[in-house]
Amino acid sequence: MNELLWTYVGWPLLKILVILLALVLLAAYLSWFERKLLAYMQIRLGPNRVGPKGWLQPIADALKLFVKEDLTPGFAEKFVFLLGPVLIIVPALVVFSVIPFGPSPHLFITDVNIGVLFILAVSSIGVYGIILGGWASNNKFSLMGGLRSAAQMISYEVPMGFSVVTVLILAKSLSLVRIVEAQKQAGLWFVFPGFVAFLVYFICGVAETNRNPFDLPEAESELVAGYHTEYSGMKFAFYFLAEYANMVVVSSLATVMFFGGWLRPFPNVSALAFLDVIPPLVWFLLKVAFFLFLYIWFRGTFPRYRFDQLMGIGWKVLLPVSLVNLLVVAYFVSLPGGQV
Amino acid sequence: MDFLVAHFSQAVFLFLAFFSLGGAVGVVVLRQPVHAALSLLASFLGVAGLFVLARGEFLAAVQVLVYAGGVMVLFLFVIMFVNVRAVGKEAQYLRPLVPLAVVGGLLFSALALTAMWALGRRPPADAFPLVSVAGQEVGNTEAVGWILYREYLLPFEVVSVLLLVAMVGAIVLGRKPKEMEKA
Repeated sequence: MNELLWTYVGWPLLKILVILLALVLLAAYLSWFERKLLAYMQIRLGPNRVGPKGWLQPIADALKLFVKEDLTPGFAEKFVFLLGPVLIIVPALVVFSVIPFGPSPHLFITDVNIGVLFILAVSSIGVYGIILGGWASNNKFSLMGGLRSAAQMISYEVPMGFSVVTVLILAKSLSLVRIVEAQKQAGLWFVFPGFVAFLVYFICGVAETNRNPFDLPEAESELVAGYHTEYSGMKFAFYFLAEYANMVVVSSLATVMFFGGWLRPFPNVSALAFLDVIPPLVWFLLKVAFFLFLYIWFRGTFPRYRFDQLMGIGWKVLLPVSLVNLLVVAYFVSLPGGQV
Repeated sequence: MDFLVAHFSQAVFLFLAFFSLGGAVGVVVLRQPVHAALSLLASFLGVAGLFVLARGEFLAAVQVLVYAGGVMVLFLFVIMFVNVRAVGKEAQYLRPLVPLAVVGGLLFSALALTAMWALGRRPPADAFPLVSVAGQEVGNTEAVGWILYREYLLPFEVVSVLLLVAMVGAIVLGRKPKEMEKA
């Protein structure tokens, strides 16, 4: 009995705790990384006062947010105002339960056979956090931000879904572990047969996380801070944390679906076997770090789109492109000998 | 402890059933449209849980993705755009509804009795029909795909054309007349 309790309750709980802690720290340090990187891109120094080279800055920020006064505007809808941050942080963290960080079963919490759908479904709940938070604040800027975000996330979910389906056709499974294993069997990452799908996926991923150049919901020059204008203290911290956690989710999913997850480049070429000295977990983290860098690079490079341009790109460019790409990939896979 | 382990799925079922029914009642009872919409969301999530319990994990994910993540967001969108505030309390007269309630109750109890009689007559059919293909045990995703694209291909296509017609119809209805669009 004790052994059962350990395998089915104790051990998973321990893993969940470790992954959650690592994730929250990662999200905090991602904000530090972003500030530093943007600073270097603009020939500034960035945060460098707290701790050696500013290393303790995220800890100081977190402490500040913990002890800050938690304000609720007088005319806010109290219950929904509280529900908003909850509904955005919970899906952002729950998604990590199915992301495989490495091959051994100790490196992921669980492998469900609808993995990709699970992630899409759970993260589609996250939009409630934004739209409800914007509405409950009883502030016209917040409401505009919330509505913009809802329209944007629903629009970009469609081409994102189609680009994910391309990978499913190649892998013939919805389970994230099996998608990586299929890439190992095929001997190449799915980014090569599915390059267009990857481009569509990543553009949609940037839009889904409301990041620059698609950060219309929090465009500070028009909307103050958008949907979280009225939030402060821990509630604001939840919105902040969820944004960075979602960036990690999109990057991890891109790594798993298109860049071979924990596999080294060209996993079947024995001439590259020396690359195996780097453990799988490190490969995974390196790839995720690259995509996170891309996010910040975009922010340092592109100006913000106009809202009608954003909608136009989603519906008139990305959707047709992803549909045609899906048909082309499906055609080649259905050819005799076309199995990747 | 052993009792809990043995009846765990029943306990989960009861919880989910009350959750989704409670949500459904909330949709009708709550006066603030946004609260009613949230209550409907809770009901959808409860139903998704029930799907998981019946080994329909694909249906559960699609339920959350389409109904909770898509349809309900658009509901909220409309509610917020037209800015409906809470429906005020006003005097309600229930007496004219009494005969209706009696008839409805009678019909419902007749339905419930018939269902109980039918259930008692023969053992229920295969409880989990959506997890096997041609006698082979597969995931729910494969089974749904198999049934949808083989046995129900024609109805499936007809429904999709119907949805397309509805979509085009909505656009035609919602459009301004041509001369106004230019201005």
